[in-house]
Amino acid sequence: MTSSAAYRIEQREGRPVLCLSGIMTLAGLGSVGDDLDRLDTPYDHIDLQEIERIDTIGAWVIHRMQKRRDVPVTGEVGDVARLLGQVRRADQPVQIHPDHTVPWRRVLAEIGVATMQALHTLKGLLGFFGAVMIAFGSVIRHPSRLRYNAIVHRFETVGVQALAIVGLMSFLIGIVIAQQGAVQLRQFGAEVFTINLIGRLTTRELGILMTAIMVAGRSGSAFAAQIGSMKLAEEIDAMRTIGVSPMEALVLPRIFATIVLMPLLGFYASIITIIGGGLFCWIDLEIPPITFIQRLREVVLITDLWVGLIKAPVFGAIIAISGCFQGMQVHGNNEEVGLKTTAAVVQAIFLVIVLDAFFAVFFSSIGWN
Amino acid sequence: MAAPEPIIRVSGLRNVFDEQVVHEKLDLDVYRGEILGVVGGSGTGKSVLMRSIIGLQEPTDGEITVFGEQMLGRADADVWRVRKRWGVLFQGGALFSTLTVAENVEVPIREFYPQISEKLLDEIAAYKVVMTGLPAEAGPKYPSQLSGGMRKRAGLARALALDPDLLFLDEPTAGLDPIGAAAFDELILELKQAMGLTVFLITHDLDTLYAICDRVAVLADGKVVAVGTIPELMALNHPWIQEYFNGPRGRAATAAMNRHAPQGSKKG
Repeated sequence: MTSSAAYRIEQREGRPVLCLSGIMTLAGLGSVGDDLDRLDTPYDHIDLQEIERIDTIGAWVIHRMQKRRDVPVTGEVGDVARLLGQVRRADQPVQIHPDHTVPWRRVLAEIGVATMQALHTLKGLLGFFGAVMIAFGSVIRHPSRLRYNAIVHRFETVGVQALAIVGLMSFLIGIVIAQQGAVQLRQFGAEVFTINLIGRLTTRELGILMTAIMVAGRSGSAFAAQIGSMKLAEEIDAMRTIGVSPMEALVLPRIFATIVLMPLLGFYASIITIIGGGLFCWIDLEIPPITFIQRLREVVLITDLWVGLIKAPVFGAIIAISGCFQGMQVHGNNEEVGLKTTAAVVQAIFLVIVLDAFFAVFFSSIGWN
Repeated sequence: MAAPEPIIRVSGLRNVFDEQVVHEKLDLDVYRGEILGVVGGSGTGKSVLMRSIIGLQEPTDGEITVFGEQMLGRADADVWRVRKRWGVLFQGGALFSTLTVAENVEVPIREFYPQISEKLLDEIAAYKVVMTGLPAEAGPKYPSQLSGGMRKRAGLARALALDPDLLFLDEPTAGLDPIGAAAFDELILELKQAMGLTVFLITHDLDTLYAICDRVAVLADGKVVAVGTIPELMALNHPWIQEYFNGPRGRAATAAMNRHAPQGSKKG
């Protein structure tokens, strides 16, 4: 008994016949399938009598030879006949891979699609902002519709639970700024200006900006994922049917909570950054804390604090709106939730940085520098 | 119907999750060439049973043999040649989302038979796609572009890629419309007859049971409470079985069965 497929050409009554034998299955086929495909000896018909076992793959190999050479088969019985019939019926041209496009055309097309998508997103975001404003207006007229419990719950997730990570991040950033500043300023013998650097940079820019990035990563993404999966589970449709406005129930509490908590978290982050920087100054530059604080009070203007605190709620609003907007854009499948969550974070951080630049120009032109 | 040779033999299977006992002393034989339907209420461990047999779930205790080979406690390399002989259709189709339908069908062949040439591979994928009733245009499409029914057919094409002797189907008709479900049942029956398959089929669909199953195994209380043809089961005095086959839906399916030809037509 043969363990695999084999073939031979023999002369019967003066005519060449291709005899297939053995096990014509995927496992037994080996290279016979390809050998047969390349075989250029002519034969008159194919004899299948000696085939011991066959599956559809063996049948396919026979079928394609028969089709190309247009020769008859003999000894087609039992399984062989059944499976040959099966693959004959299934013989249709099928494309395997997706259409291939020329690279430069694909790049052009991608740029076009990305541009259209960006415009579309911008339009959607503006529309969403409008919808938030309308919902906000109606809540102001009917304050009883504001969901205090939901807001307080968001305070906890957005604010309280973020304290540890924001604090740790700020502390380390304080040390890094102080260290880098000290290294540069030491060249001029002006190490004491490290305190100016820490104090002003932190209150004006870094405290708020780093907090915004952290909140976008922590809460903006969570908003998108939560609302996105609610959208998939048709919870949002269910809300609308019952007469609950998803804007009031889901979006506004998140936006309120983030607007309120961003300044608080930002202020907290600034203080911790200053502590981190102060600690470095004390240990490395031997500036005692009391001198550090005195110097801080001299150089940090109250407007520096205002600059930070005015930006914070705006950033908070942007982060929350981006998160909720992207969450609302989810439709279709689970994969979409992941994509929109990423989009929410990227969009929020991008917008925060763009606005930060505008704020910088604005504050210096009104003389707050 | 039942030939004496069991393809799958499960004996004394026990599955426990935390405190919850899913299977306790479960025994089941599946014979060559039959379609065995597995039914049971939600949470009776139908999917867990299938996952135990195909090695995705390590049972707490018990023995499982497939094609006469002991499956439990063996290295992957040892059960490899058994794995080549079965195909699995998961509930949602479980197609690889980054590959086209035809490329999905090629995956198992590439994995187990790397010597197969690219040309033959493409040809095999092509006829498998057509064989499972998909239109030829579906070949280069990605799973996300397909409807639920087409995704199941594509999943079936992949399950059949290696021309398996044994096919596992997890609720193949769930989520399909009645016409699509009936067509899918017929396809399974047709392929089973053409390719000599043994089929392990988990289902909730009474119509599927009537239309294509040779025997039905009923799971309840952590074990197989009864196995047999539907008339045999209906003669039993088990409350769940009575409720299942003689409930309103069961009666409707029986009536539909008796009204029509022996196999095929059904209603939803």
